[in-house]
Amino acid sequence: MERQLTEIRWHGRGGQGAKTAALLLADVAFAIGKHVQGFPEYGPERMGAPITAYDRISNSEIRVHSNIYEPDFVVVVDDTLLHTVDVTKGLKKDGAILINTEKSKEEILPLLKGYEGEVYTINAKDVSMRTLGKYFPNTPLLAAVVKVSGLMSEETFLREMEKSLRHKFRKKLDVLDGNMKALKLALKEVA
Amino acid sequence: MSLKERMSGNEAVAYAMKQINPDVMPAFPITPSTELPQNVANYIANGEMTTEFIPVESEHSAMSAAIGAEAAGARTMTATSSAGLAFMWEMLYVAASSRLPIVMAVVNRALTGPLNINCEHSDSMGARDSGWIQIYAENNQEAYDNFLQAYRIAEHKKVMTPVMICQDGFIVSHGVENITLLEDEKVKNFVGEYNPEHSLLKDTMAVGPYATSPYGMEAKRAQAEGVNQAKDVILEVAKEFGEISGRNYGLYEGYCLEDADYVIVAIGSACGTTKDAIDELRKEGKKVGLLKVRVFRPFPAEELTDALKNAKAIAIMDRAESYSSQGGPLAAELSAALFAAKSKAEVKKIVYGLNGRDYRVEDAKDVFAALEDIAENGNKNPFEYTYIGLRE
Repeated sequence: MERQLTEIRWHGRGGQGAKTAALLLADVAFAIGKHVQGFPEYGPERMGAPITAYDRISNSEIRVHSNIYEPDFVVVVDDTLLHTVDVTKGLKKDGAILINTEKSKEEILPLLKGYEGEVYTINAKDVSMRTLGKYFPNTPLLAAVVKVSGLMSEETFLREMEKSLRHKFRKKLDVLDGNMKALKLALKEVA
Repeated sequence: MSLKERMSGNEAVAYAMKQINPDVMPAFPITPSTELPQNVANYIANGEMTTEFIPVESEHSAMSAAIGAEAAGARTMTATSSAGLAFMWEMLYVAASSRLPIVMAVVNRALTGPLNINCEHSDSMGARDSGWIQIYAENNQEAYDNFLQAYRIAEHKKVMTPVMICQDGFIVSHGVENITLLEDEKVKNFVGEYNPEHSLLKDTMAVGPYATSPYGMEAKRAQAEGVNQAKDVILEVAKEFGEISGRNYGLYEGYCLEDADYVIVAIGSACGTTKDAIDELRKEGKKVGLLKVRVFRPFPAEELTDALKNAKAIAIMDRAESYSSQGGPLAAELSAALFAAKSKAEVKKIVYGLNGRDYRVEDAKDVFAALEDIAENGNKNPFEYTYIGLRE
């Protein structure tokens, strides 16, 4: 489904990089010519506290400056939040939720309060450990959300990411390699 | 060729600071403006700026050092928010009355308490009578553009008054959005060199001397003239800026305003949200519009009341509480101006967004519905002001 405006809400905990992931998504959408908005919602600033971040990605200028209450997609960076935060609140039925978890989808589904839209999971830890040797959940999650939301084709996404990572890691090309592997594996693993 | 980028409001203003490359920046960090001195310090460390950065021990010292630097003839800037601005209070008046064209980036944040880091206009609104010019932005593009125009206004011979360039904390300062930047060369040519007529390094002069009663009142009158003259200068500078950027600015912006019966008057990021509400309501045939106040000091009373002359009902919205039982400062000043202009419009005073409370498209629609109601049935409580999204 081609949306004029795609709205995404991220749930994470302080220090896990949900805000960074939201900004990375805005970056790659900007790179393909979209109008973007990526912003965090700050509560008490401390490690581990639940935080929310948002993305608006549009074909036209974005003027609204409020939070997102009826997102098309929700990304949950930490599955322990499923017990404490109403992550599917306002989530559109024709949208989807993406959860980073080591658990199976069957174990996750009962925690989603009967959400009727599509549910995707990814084990970003496993992807990250296998490709980068360290736990950086953002890279696999970014690939997963691009695939789930259909914001751009996988080819376009990988091409743009390689361009930007090549610039960012121009002195550490082995890191570039690991990140590209993480993105590709995540595109396969998300289901 | 202009440059398409995506940046947060803080990144955008820091980029403007880099392009202008003023002589001196004394600053003390405070959320949510910390990224401004931080990014400038990075630019300096990377050799992209030659500004003399002075890490001071407080905001009072930041403004004091800015006054000293500017009095010496150096183009000077600083940045702050909330309690940091409050801590500068004494020195804000010294800067303005000494006619020192300092430019300060203010990232609007609530004053304590309750202790809160989110957006409110209470910090800069509290400083509205300090003698500084105040220009507000709806988004990162405007924050960038306003900062580029600031020195031309402040340093103008007829003005010689410091300027605050305000943006909404977090909503704009930490939100990444598309932006179009100007090339360095264009900015350099537009802003120009700073050659003060008088400065401590060139002249024998007193800065901030004592004035006895036979002289002090005239000094204040002369100071007020600088602020009054700023209106024309702001428009001249905006016109020239429009020629190099293609982006046009005035003292205010009207959106669907000319034929609007029901008008929201607001400042800052809430205006973008209101525009979306207007587009939806216009599709239903509702004659609604927005008046966005860009320049709050000098207060463009005649221009604003003239722009509102066709409105039947007006909501004046403040992101600050005055504890005056009369709503916020914009409501108080614009209501007084509407009275002077003999306006017949019904006025609704509203306080919203305190401590970062979200203002949504639905909220704007509710305000327009309330305006329709008072236009038809009259305002039964003209002395009352209301809140958006308050839990009583």
